[in-house]
Amino acid sequence: MSEAHAQPLASGGPADRAASRGRGVRALLVGIALLYVLVLIVAPLGGIIFYGLRSGLGAITDTFSQQDVVHAFYLTFVIMLIAVAVTTVLGLAVAFVLARDRFRGKSFLSALVNLPLAVSPVVVGLMAILLFGRGGWFEPFFTAQGIRIVFALPSMVLVTIFISIPFVIREIVPLLEELGTEEEQAAWTLGASRLQTFFRITLPNIRWGLFYGMALSAARSIGEVGAVLVVSGLLQGQTETATLYILRAFDQYQPERGYIVALMLAAFSILVLIGIETFKRRSLKRAGE
Amino acid sequence: MAITVRGVTKRFGDFVALDEVSLAIPSGSLTVLLGPSGSGKSTLLRVIAGLELPDSGRVSIFDTDATDLPPQKRGVGFVFQHYASFKRMSVRDNVAFGMKIQKRPKNEIRARVDELLGLVQLQGLAERYPSQLSGGQRQRMALARALAVEPKVLLLDEPFGALDARVRKDLRTWLRRLHEDVQVTTVLVTHDQEEAMEVADRIAVVNHGRIEQYGKPRDLYEHPATEFVMTFVGPVTRFREAYIRPHDLDVGREPRGSYEEATVEKVVHLGFEVRVELTLAEGDRLEAQLTKREVEGLELLEGQRVFVSPRRLTRVDQNGSAPHVTSS
Repeated sequence: MSEAHAQPLASGGPADRAASRGRGVRALLVGIALLYVLVLIVAPLGGIIFYGLRSGLGAITDTFSQQDVVHAFYLTFVIMLIAVAVTTVLGLAVAFVLARDRFRGKSFLSALVNLPLAVSPVVVGLMAILLFGRGGWFEPFFTAQGIRIVFALPSMVLVTIFISIPFVIREIVPLLEELGTEEEQAAWTLGASRLQTFFRITLPNIRWGLFYGMALSAARSIGEVGAVLVVSGLLQGQTETATLYILRAFDQYQPERGYIVALMLAAFSILVLIGIETFKRRSLKRAGE
Repeated sequence: MAITVRGVTKRFGDFVALDEVSLAIPSGSLTVLLGPSGSGKSTLLRVIAGLELPDSGRVSIFDTDATDLPPQKRGVGFVFQHYASFKRMSVRDNVAFGMKIQKRPKNEIRARVDELLGLVQLQGLAERYPSQLSGGQRQRMALARALAVEPKVLLLDEPFGALDARVRKDLRTWLRRLHEDVQVTTVLVTHDQEEAMEVADRIAVVNHGRIEQYGKPRDLYEHPATEFVMTFVGPVTRFREAYIRPHDLDVGREPRGSYEEATVEKVVHLGFEVRVELTLAEGDRLEAQLTKREVEGLELLEGQRVFVSPRRLTRVDQNGSAPHVTSS
């Protein structure tokens, strides 16, 4: 029996129509996401790379032979190392308290930990000036000891620590909550002290979250401008970090040097993050998760 | 006595998990703490292990007062329901963990790990990671790990709860045999009364933070001390105001003496056992348990009129305790 009406070639039922609509929506969302990342992240980065490398290798070596550039990088990395060390050790302690203990005021502490993300770094710098600058609450004590806080390294370290506080904590708390305490309890029953349990069981389990938090903390520290600007007094060659150097470079119409230093900072952060991601993936593969 | 618990009370906020609990567990035995969820059985186990601190009461392990000792110093092995495998370590390193803490020599550790893996039938899997093992294998690894440090007492918290039925049954039998080999005083927590009956030398039935009865499985089954024990341990059906075990209900086609009339509602074949659901004349529902052969012999069908007689009734007081047992 031949059909009087022509049948459509595809099945063309409701399921197929919904599927192709779904695919279209997904493609649209992926397109928007890619565009967003491209325009706001990749393009500016590309711009920096382009302008940084445009003047050629000679300009780069020339820049890094400058006394104030070298000092600026030195300062940036010293501050970063101290900030990461402090926020990691204290961050671990705070994360454990937040994840494991129950006490009144816990949500308040949690909010406090996130405060540095919400406060403008300039305000942080001003707070430091108010506390440690002339007439500040703590100023008499330090002046008596002969220690200079503001317009010197100590205040720059302090404000950088402040703005990096949240990163390690925010990575570790959900990790600790998800891991639970069972492995640790098992370790105790097997004779491990709390310290041994921490180093042999807990730390390895939170290792990648910890490294990731430290990487974010490092990246944020080297990129800090506002707070450090306020407390440093902009003493060239003395309290000028890499980011402050970049500001001055543009201010004094030497943008190539600015681009080159900016490129170095960006490259460092990206390399650290890529390294962490790669190691993380390798570690997960080995543990078979 | 391997473990003595005296007057232990534990509260979580307003909730009383353990209420003046006392228990004496003999050395070398396998005791099961049996009870429903929330009864306090896991809490009791954790108090013995030192993972929970009681609000009052004392715990002794082999005549040493352990109440103020942390879990590290009690010499207990603990097996968790969800395995608590050290996921970043291989099977070998998991089992070796306790011995490494004790700083035993490397060759001794290696030999003992191999021995234990053989004991729990995980030989050849030493270099795998927990995520590459099945649930049953992980739990066997957990047992090997706990036994590695030669604990005085082995505590298992619903060890088979996360496994499926077949694996559970196999591991149950396996554990019983292991206990006979290794002879460590063992306490196991479960809500599965069949598991308890099969595995235990003694069962402590726990309910609302109290131990209702502690004794041999057969004693609990045949001479329950309270209504709860009777209904929790073993199948039970109501015969008017009394309880009866379904297999103690005689079913016949002919009226005979004290037999009562009943109607067959449903015949459910569960392999060899058959559950026959009946209704008495006044509408009360009953369950009888017969063998396949008995059912075939009686030619039982739904809707039939039959005659039933209880062989052994258990009447319960007003306050639900100290049941009286009548045989007929």
